[in-house]
Order: sequence, then structure tokens, then C-alpha cells
Amino acid sequence: MSETVLLDPGSERDPVQREPRGLPADLAGRTVGLLDISKPRGDVFLDEIARLLEAQGAAIARFKKPTFTRPAPTGLRQEIAEQCDVVLEGLAD
Amino acid sequence: MGAGNHYVVVTKRDCPTCQLIEPALAELADQGRLKVLNQDGAGFPALASAEVVDDHELDGSWALDVEIVPTLVCYQGEKEVGRTEGWERAAWRQLTGLDSLGDALPEFRPGCGSLTRDPAIAPRLQARHGGGGLTARRLTLAALEDAIETCYERGWSDGLPVVPPTPERVITMLSGTERDPGEILGDVPPDLVPVSIEKIAINAVMAGCRPEYLPVVIAAVEAALEEPFCMHGLLATTYFSGPMVVVSGPLARRIGMNAKGNALGQGNRANATIGRALQLVIRNVGGGRPGEVDRATLGNPGKYTFCFAEDEDPAWTSLSEDKGFSREQTTVTLFAADGVQGIVDQKAREPEPLCRSFAAGLRVVSHPKMVQAPDAFLVVSPEHARVFHEAGWSKQQVTERLHELLLIDGSELVQGAGGMAEGLPAKLGDRAFRKFRKGGLTLVRAGGGAGMFSAIIGGWGASGTIGSSPVTKEVRS
Repeated sequence: MSETVLLDPGSERDPVQREPRGLPADLAGRTVGLLDISKPRGDVFLDEIARLLEAQGAAIARFKKPTFTRPAPTGLRQEIAEQCDVVLEGLAD
Repeated sequence: MGAGNHYVVVTKRDCPTCQLIEPALAELADQGRLKVLNQDGAGFPALASAEVVDDHELDGSWALDVEIVPTLVCYQGEKEVGRTEGWERAAWRQLTGLDSLGDALPEFRPGCGSLTRDPAIAPRLQARHGGGGLTARRLTLAALEDAIETCYERGWSDGLPVVPPTPERVITMLSGTERDPGEILGDVPPDLVPVSIEKIAINAVMAGCRPEYLPVVIAAVEAALEEPFCMHGLLATTYFSGPMVVVSGPLARRIGMNAKGNALGQGNRANATIGRALQLVIRNVGGGRPGEVDRATLGNPGKYTFCFAEDEDPAWTSLSEDKGFSREQTTVTLFAADGVQGIVDQKAREPEPLCRSFAAGLRVVSHPKMVQAPDAFLVVSPEHARVFHEAGWSKQQVTERLHELLLIDGSELVQGAGGMAEGLPAKLGDRAFRKFRKGGLTLVRAGGGAGMFSAIIGGWGASGTIGSSPVTKEVRS
């Protein structure tokens, strides 16, 4: 039987294992970004989360994606990374 | 020429000219400076005093880049200093310096094609010798490994068997386009991986495409990568939708696509494999797999493949024309589609009642109370299209009338109306709403000659700027 060679149809990317940063011990004095992805009633849910986090001494910064159907624009991602220690994203309605 | 030179002649027993010139080869062999490569096995030509090499593997002929047999190549040392193809007595005499070579032969006979140029053989040789400009990672299988099973194990399949993408098959596939295999078209979501023509060709092989389908597959990938199509969201959504491919224009007929009976069904290779190739590109290059970034609650069978051709109607503008191209241009239109919902009307003989049937069917796309959310395609069958033609209605008139009939009173759409909780907020009850946004309803003709049935194909609940808009690209060779 002759040797068979196949061409890789995929991305040829080796999976990059990235370790998540450890969780902060507490949120007091830290800035928590809340990202609304523009799904209906996401704001209602995030308002409540903000209230609970503020009670723990966290500063809240609110962000919103233009539409849930597209990834967050690069500028928005950079803004969040610059301003926040922690980010929470509301993924669906 | 002559003294000090040596010669290689490439022959094929199956070539009458090669057989004819055997006496001339014998004369040249007597000079002791001849080597013959024969392409179709041992025992030809019968020369006592020359080295005759059995080149049925064609590696020698490939190295010489021979197009025609016989070819006479003249060397000084290692360097080629001249060659002639076929039998042209004067040229052979000049190259060999033998003034009476082939005296008994005619002055001229054309040769035959070299086996290295045989379309069934050339890709194999190209692959064996590292040609074709292929750069994709190669995977060598163990002797007893089954290639189709390997494709499954690697996660390269949509669930059905794929054609193993060997270099030979990919080189053959690439003969379907003039574009450079290394050309990058853009980044495929969700992993945003750059996709080359070569990667598309590999996935087209796996889908079962023929090379002549490749330009259509490339155009479909180009359309999917256009920002307004929103391929990332379409893949990631919990909704049913996936990309539907509609091909409009002369190339669809040339490559044998089906626009007639069972156009939306199985059985036509081009329809089946072009749509599948697009899905495999998203799966394999982009990393879009169900259960991972593809979060579909139910999906739909069209996510294996959903592709058909328009049956361009002489009385109506074609889809290409509707999208700003000419009728002679072949285009691919992508639509974020769910499944097919049939609409039956066997009684209408006038446009108005037929439009009312269509509108009633279109009203329920996604939900009877959902407006301005999904787009829709209406695939009008020939028997339904005839009703409009006999009354002289253009496609634009039909579309316009459908939009009018689908202007719905808000009181029917609010939450609670009809006993259904789903609906608009109560405060919108005194307004009227279009079912589909402007430009959100597209008509094409397709289907068999018998049957007063048309097909409504609803779209993703997120249309237009917040989601996906249909995107049309011209097919380029």
C-alpha cells in the first residue's frame, strides 16, 4: 500500500494555553467593568449586579457593545482593559 | 553542433511518430551518445547501442519538462543547448550534426502529447515533485490508516464522510481557478484565521467539489467574510440559521447546477458540494463547530449544505440584476437562512390572491407577531411565476405588493394579542409595522415545471445593521 499524504484543511494554529489570572481577594477599591452586549433586558440584570458590587466597595464602569451579533470593537476592548481591574459580560437574554 | 554533444530523446510507444522515427534513433544511437526515456514501459524503442530507460513513472520526463513526444534534447556536458519537438528532419539534423539522419523518413510529422501533461497524471507528478505552490501542513498516514476515518478523528468532517484531501486532489482542484493558491481572502470567524485560496481548495476537495466549482466556492467565502453578512454572529447564534448560497448567472448552468425540479433538494453534485465547502471552510479554517462557538439550539439541515441556482426568468430581473450586476455576470448571494417553509396555492390565477397567500405565509416567519426582525427569501416556482407573467407583473411589483400586505396593525402584534405572550410592548399597539425591513424580502425563481408550490425561507432574527444582510459577490475565474 502506498503512503497517503493529506493536507491540513484547518488553521494550523497550535492551541495556545493561557492561564486565567487569579481572582482578586476582594473587590473593594477595584474598578469592575460591566459589559452590556445589547441583548434585551441585559441592562436590568447588570443594574442589579452593579448595585450588589457597589455595596462591596467596587467602582463600576459601564460599557455597551453596539450589537450582540458582532464581537466588541477593538477600541471598546482597549477601553475596558485600560479602565478596569475586572470585567463582567452579560452573554445572553 | 555534433561532436562532443550527447542526446536524450523522450518517446512513447503509443505515439505513431515515435514508432516512425525508430530508424533515425538507431542511426543516432550508433554514434554512442544517445539515451532514450520511454514513457509507456520497457521494450521500446529496440536499440542495441543506446541506453533505453523505462520512464513509466515519468520522473525523468517531468524533470525535463517535456510537453511533446518525441522530444530531442541536446547537451554539451551538463548543459542543455537545444531541443526540438516532434519530427522535423531539418531540426534533428541540425541539432545532431548528422546530415543524412532520417533520409528515408518524411520531412515532418507532429508528435503526441507527453504523458506528463495528461490531466489525470499531471497533478500526481506535481504533487510528488513538490509543485503546485502548496504550503499547507502535510500529514503522512500510516500504511493501514484509513484516510476517511482519519478525517473524522481529526474533527474535519461535518458528520458525513469527506474526500481525503491529498496533494494530488488539491492540485487538481486548484486548476479550477487562475488565482494564486497563496492569496489571502480575509479572516474566517470565529477564530479569525486568514484563509488562502489553497485552504479553500482543500476544503472544496473534502466537500466533493469538482475544480470548475471552485470559483463559486471562493466567491461564497468572500461573501461570508464581508462585514454586513456578520458571519461571526450567524455562527455563534442560538438561532437556526446558517449561510444559504444562491448562484445567479451563466456559470451556474455551465457547471451543471440545478435550478429546476428539486432545486432545494438532494442529488445535484454542484448544489450539494458548493454549500458544503463553505460550511467546511468555516468549520475547519475558522474553528466554527457546534457545541463550541456554534451555540445553535436546534440548527437546521441546511447547515450541512444549502445551495441552489436561480432559474432566471426571461420576464423578470435576475438576482444578479437586482443586486446591481448584469444578467451576464455570475454572482453568489449569501443569506442567513433557516429551513424551507412551503406555501401552497393551487387556485390563484390572478396576482392579488396569490400575493395574499404569499403574505399570509410570510407573516409567520419567526413568529406571526415578530416584525422587522428576520429577512426572508421567497423562491417562486415557475407555475406561480406564470400567474404574475400573464398579468404583466414585474418582480418589483410583486415585492411591493407583498410589503403592502405585510403592513400589520400594532394591535395584532402586542404582547397578549391572540392569547400569545410573545409580542411588542403594549405602547406600540397604535402603530402599524412592516413585517420586513426595506430590502429584507428577496424573490427568485427556481423549481420544477409542475406544482403551484413556492418556498419561503425565513432568515436569522437579527437582520440588517444589527445582524446579517444578504451579500452578493461576483464569481471570478
